Amino acid sequence: MRRYIDFYITSMKMAVIEQWQYPVANYFYMIGMIAEPVIYMVVWSAVATQQGGEVGGYTPGAFAAYYIVWTLVRSMNVVFTPYGWEWRIRQGQLSMSLMRPIHPLHNDVAFFAGWKVVVITLWIPLALALSLFFKPDLHPTLLDGIVFFFAIWFAYLIRTMTLSLLGMVTFWTTRVSALFELYFAAELVLSGRLVPLSLMPEWVQRLAWFFPFRWAFGYPIEALIGNMPVRDLLIGLGMQVAWIIFGAAAVSLVWKVAIRRFSAVGG
Amino acid sequence: MTSVISISNLAKHYQVPEREAGLAAAAKGLFKRTYKTVKAVDGISFEIQPGEVVGFLGPNGAGKTTTLKMLSGLLHPTEGELSVLGYQPAKRNHDYLRRITLVMGNRNQLSWDLPALDSFDLQRAIYGIPMDEFKRTRDEFIELLDLKDLVQKPVRNLSLGERMKMEIVGALLHKPKILFLDEPTLGLDVTMQKRIRSFIAEYNKRYDATVLLTSHYMADVEALCKRVIVIHHGQLLFDGNLSSLKEKFSAFKTISFDIDNPTQDFSQFGDVIAMDGLHVTLRVPKEKTSAVTTQLLSQLAVDDLTVESTPIEDVIESVFSVKKEAME
Repeated sequence: MRRYIDFYITSMKMAVIEQWQYPVANYFYMIGMIAEPVIYMVVWSAVATQQGGEVGGYTPGAFAAYYIVWTLVRSMNVVFTPYGWEWRIRQGQLSMSLMRPIHPLHNDVAFFAGWKVVVITLWIPLALALSLFFKPDLHPTLLDGIVFFFAIWFAYLIRTMTLSLLGMVTFWTTRVSALFELYFAAELVLSGRLVPLSLMPEWVQRLAWFFPFRWAFGYPIEALIGNMPVRDLLIGLGMQVAWIIFGAAAVSLVWKVAIRRFSAVGG
Repeated sequence: MTSVISISNLAKHYQVPEREAGLAAAAKGLFKRTYKTVKAVDGISFEIQPGEVVGFLGPNGAGKTTTLKMLSGLLHPTEGELSVLGYQPAKRNHDYLRRITLVMGNRNQLSWDLPALDSFDLQRAIYGIPMDEFKRTRDEFIELLDLKDLVQKPVRNLSLGERMKMEIVGALLHKPKILFLDEPTLGLDVTMQKRIRSFIAEYNKRYDATVLLTSHYMADVEALCKRVIVIHHGQLLFDGNLSSLKEKFSAFKTISFDIDNPTQDFSQFGDVIAMDGLHVTLRVPKEKTSAVTTQLLSQLAVDDLTVESTPIEDVIESVFSVKKEAME
């Protein structure tokens, strides 16, 4: 256990140092990323204003809060993409990772966790600027804040597991982009990324409960902004933990089969 | 002595899809796919003792890298028995991975943007090396490879040779007992190749490590390996001392000399393989070397006569051609 803690600390430290080498590039990346929620925010705020001040309980201030928190959750959601799996196999990077006495997934989790530290630091001034401009209606309690802290890291782990599973399809076939696109389309609708799930039809909300997307995106936002009862907050955390355990078990199982198919192409 | 590497009838076969060119063949392939079995490694057997440095030779596509990948646990063998340090590599037991290393000349594990020292620290954490032992080993290797002025530079600013030296340090920090080296001097200049060779030799001596080395640079093999294993088309062609390989497959010697009158016919002495101005190079059967040398010295006014064994590259080439004829 001590070895893993040492590995995570060292790897995260390296990721932080590495990412700080390119602060401008990271900033441009984040600025590019906030274009999407700003568009949603402007559109929904306009709709809310036209409909007498609110849509489904969301005022322009509530939309602003939702989409500003969205930017942080989205940043936490950035993990090693499924497209990257093909690249790492082709370039021989996976071969080098497999030679280490540690599961390659630990490398991914630790590296991106380190990167998040940089992202969160860079996000703070951006969030302040957005808040000054859009005036979010955000009044979280201490409990909301604590739950949110865990929820964004759990969201990170859920998405790491699900996208790793998806990436491992590459072991069977390299033409997987259509499958990835299908996955991302479902995620867009069922996660709360496009629009708060409470504004979606009832059946979509029910369906979203059974997929990991909501727990990796909409739930952490709602936990901070949504006046959720304690019971719902805890159920959400429980669902996240369940998805992490399920995802880790599935990754472990698929990995065992997938690695036998690994032909170390190109490296 | 117990072998550290033991391979028996090891094979790796791939199913590769194949089809004719053209639209019709592509349409047909939608309904019926045909596959061809490629035998990358086809039933090889050998044993390696602790502390040996063995050259693993063969032309491109011979199956060297596939064998190294099976030995290091990256690939599952299709058939055969394989044991390294008592472990089955394909299980990729973490204790096993801590005792071996695989260095591939065209692969890297160092962070591009950071000084190598940071990547070394990550290796320490991955392998769980105690800090004082890590520092001792790291500094020892840095000194041996003369890297003191380079370890604080970002890896991206290093030359290919400097990067390769860093890669080797990173790959050996956990002091593995078995080294699988796949073209470790690929693309490096002669000085850098020499430096890396002497480092590998020193590591082998200090830590009694076993080394299995593939290289297309025969200078690597001659400098490091007493024993060579030659494979071709996935099959073992030769396993023995480098000197006996030369003895067995080197049927010729080369005689070079300078002469005042290069217009005359030298074919009566042997095969003329080069004539460059006043300098002539002949190839003669090994058993006739003394006689031809005597004839040249007595019949012609030659200067600077030298007799050389066939270069190892040519010896290896003749191994492949002899076997190819035997196969055909």
